[in-house]
Amino acid sequence: MRQFLKTALCLAVLAGTAVYPAVSAASDLELTITAPAGAGGGWDSAARSLQEAMMATGEAKSVQVVNVPGAGGTVGLAQFVGSAKGAADQLLVAGITLVGASISNNSPVDLTQVTPLARLTGDPLVVVVPKDSPIKSIDDLLATIKKDVATTIWVGGSAGGADHILAALITKSAGADPSKINYVAYSGGGEALAAMLGGQATAGVSGYGEWEGQIKSGDLRALAISYPEPIDGIEAKPLKAQGLDIELVNWRGIFAPPGVEGEDLETLQAAVDNTVKSQQWKDIVKARGWTDYYAPSDEFKGFIASETERVRAILTSIGLAQ
Amino acid sequence: MDAINLLIEGFSLAVQPANLIFAAIGVFIGTAVGVLPGIGPALTVALLLPVTFKLDPGGSIIMFAGIYYGGMYGGSTTAILLNTPGESAAVVTALEGNKMARSGRGGPALATAAIGSFVAALVATFALAFLAPPLVKVAVKFAPWDYFGLMLIAFVTVSATFGSSPLRGLTSLAFGLWLGLMGLDQLTGQARLTFGVAQLLDGVEVTTLAVGLFAIGEALHVASRHLYKPEKPIPVKGSIWMTREDWGRSWKAWLRGTVIGFPIGALPAGGAEIPTFLSYTMEKKLSRKPEEFGSGAIEGVAGPEAANNASAAGTLVPLLTLGLPTSATAAVMLAGFQQYNIQPGPLLFTQHADLVWGLVASLFIANVMLLVLNLPLVGLWVKLLRIPLPWLYGGILVFASMGTIAANPSVVELLLLSAFGVIGFLMRRYDYPVAPAVVGLILGPLADNALRRSLQMSLGDPMIFLQHPSSAIMIAVATIALIAPFVFKGLSRFQQDED
Repeated sequence: MRQFLKTALCLAVLAGTAVYPAVSAASDLELTITAPAGAGGGWDSAARSLQEAMMATGEAKSVQVVNVPGAGGTVGLAQFVGSAKGAADQLLVAGITLVGASISNNSPVDLTQVTPLARLTGDPLVVVVPKDSPIKSIDDLLATIKKDVATTIWVGGSAGGADHILAALITKSAGADPSKINYVAYSGGGEALAAMLGGQATAGVSGYGEWEGQIKSGDLRALAISYPEPIDGIEAKPLKAQGLDIELVNWRGIFAPPGVEGEDLETLQAAVDNTVKSQQWKDIVKARGWTDYYAPSDEFKGFIASETERVRAILTSIGLAQ
Repeated sequence: MDAINLLIEGFSLAVQPANLIFAAIGVFIGTAVGVLPGIGPALTVALLLPVTFKLDPGGSIIMFAGIYYGGMYGGSTTAILLNTPGESAAVVTALEGNKMARSGRGGPALATAAIGSFVAALVATFALAFLAPPLVKVAVKFAPWDYFGLMLIAFVTVSATFGSSPLRGLTSLAFGLWLGLMGLDQLTGQARLTFGVAQLLDGVEVTTLAVGLFAIGEALHVASRHLYKPEKPIPVKGSIWMTREDWGRSWKAWLRGTVIGFPIGALPAGGAEIPTFLSYTMEKKLSRKPEEFGSGAIEGVAGPEAANNASAAGTLVPLLTLGLPTSATAAVMLAGFQQYNIQPGPLLFTQHADLVWGLVASLFIANVMLLVLNLPLVGLWVKLLRIPLPWLYGGILVFASMGTIAANPSVVELLLLSAFGVIGFLMRRYDYPVAPAVVGLILGPLADNALRRSLQMSLGDPMIFLQHPSSAIMIAVATIALIAPFVFKGLSRFQQDED
């Protein structure tokens, strides 16, 4: 707790601007949201968007965002589980990457130890090939993989992340051994994009939003998205609609610390639910190009459990987890 | 010339009073956060994002660009005056800049940094305006094997440059390389050398190492000598402005720094640090007074500072044309664009031409403002050197620790900073150069990833480095640079024998 206070104090002094006055005094909640990543990433922007929406709707009096970067979010999660235990004014933003990072880093904490409040957004991943590639469809890609899995060079984000997992799932459903996959990891969709445009890879995986510009301009050919249903404004069809039973979404959700119960939990739950259902939140989601993937607390809890098992199985099959 | 018309239109957008004010605010904030170690432009822009949501897109993006340029500028001030690089790209500036400041030439050092940054940013912003679309086509062709070739050149030139004895330089470099191996391996996701400490999984932060080795090590060193042999830096000797000779030695260095900085900054994984190392080496090689390097050569400040700012403009090439952020600040600026539902990328130049050219125009304006803001400050800054040493270094210790905590609030980070401080002190005590350690930490992981990505793509065939002409040429250059000094030495000995 002391660490949190110090951090919060430090950041508040540095940028008094980050704390806005409440629009209406409907609530006297004073919250701190931990983004277990550095400034500028997906979790950071989710946390800051939530901050904006909670204060604009008056669901909270003040909201601060604290960045605790490190090790795919496991550092922030460990700190959250340890020092925010039972604190009814603390929230955490996390997502699928943290599920994978907890497993592959052998972290002693994982997302099953915190209290899920709501699943917020889920961004589709996209599978692309360079525009000059002879591969025209997902079936062509499957055939290429089946022919020689080692020379099929994939590029995407960090090893063990959602991009890698999707590439492994596709390799597996092509009938090849996912442990033989030739996946070249980059620090993110951006760097991987350069490798795609430079024609150094067979196929690539990234968040749709990151490569949207190149897909629309025709520099990359999108073969499929990983979202279960078609999405307005995205031409590429879901893998499911193309005969592959694969669904993988880069979801993000909001959590309360362990040990928050009863009335405290209900207050937090209500504040989050009201915010997520507000027009302000919907506008932000739209402006940021995110896809709504809301699930309430109970459903989200079951989802975390099943997602943890599924990710563990895939990471084991590609040799990144025991 | 379509581009010129568009640029004029951009200027008409940028000189609107509101946008001028945004640029001024950005430049001011940027300089301030650049001066403070640890609080980089990335954090600042992230904190301001929610505030600017209500503003119009043009204004706030212009302000962010001002912060970005300003941060690059401010980072060099503390490097020169206090031997405390505000960010990693200013590490090289500290080498000669601080030596100059201690011998009473802080004024010219700050001035050549400020004017060099201005010249470089000016030229590079022009290049950004006119060359961005074609340049990016070349930049994405830069494959892992090419990066590896570039890293080899950087290694060879850098290790030959630092320190009086190559062995000491290489020892320091090896220490940096070892630190660079720490953390999650990017290609396999496996932890290396983390000793079970979760905070080490992300590796060692470059600024933590730089601030620890430079600032804290320096403070400890000064403290250790204070009692029996106090060191007295000379606050000001001669004019605080640049002399004719200073100008003569600086202007070529500025231009060379720009030429190195911009294209490397435009590479998707180029960064601002490598061009500063390369520029430093080049200036040392080309200088008429190479013996001054290590004791305060003005070219050693002028070149790297220009390279640093030119690469900052270069970074905007992949950001605007591909939507590809290659630095933390660029990543946050990308978020700033997306906040207004503008997706930087191949279509940005056509869909939001007004915004792009407005941004380019305000970069020119921000640049002029920076010069106007910084040159008069030179006189004020050098007064810092008159502060009694115990106060000054006490202050440095506070700022260094605070900056580190602000960037990453963790006990491990503070412990690392202290450990690096002690190591920095010992290295000074036993005459090991500290800069190669920082270089190793920056280049090591890049070279490691580039090598293994290449081999992964070639299915383990090392010939891939020679099959591509670009990487083959770079590897040849590195090899020649490595062997040539020995050959020349042998040749001259051979000639002497003949005589």
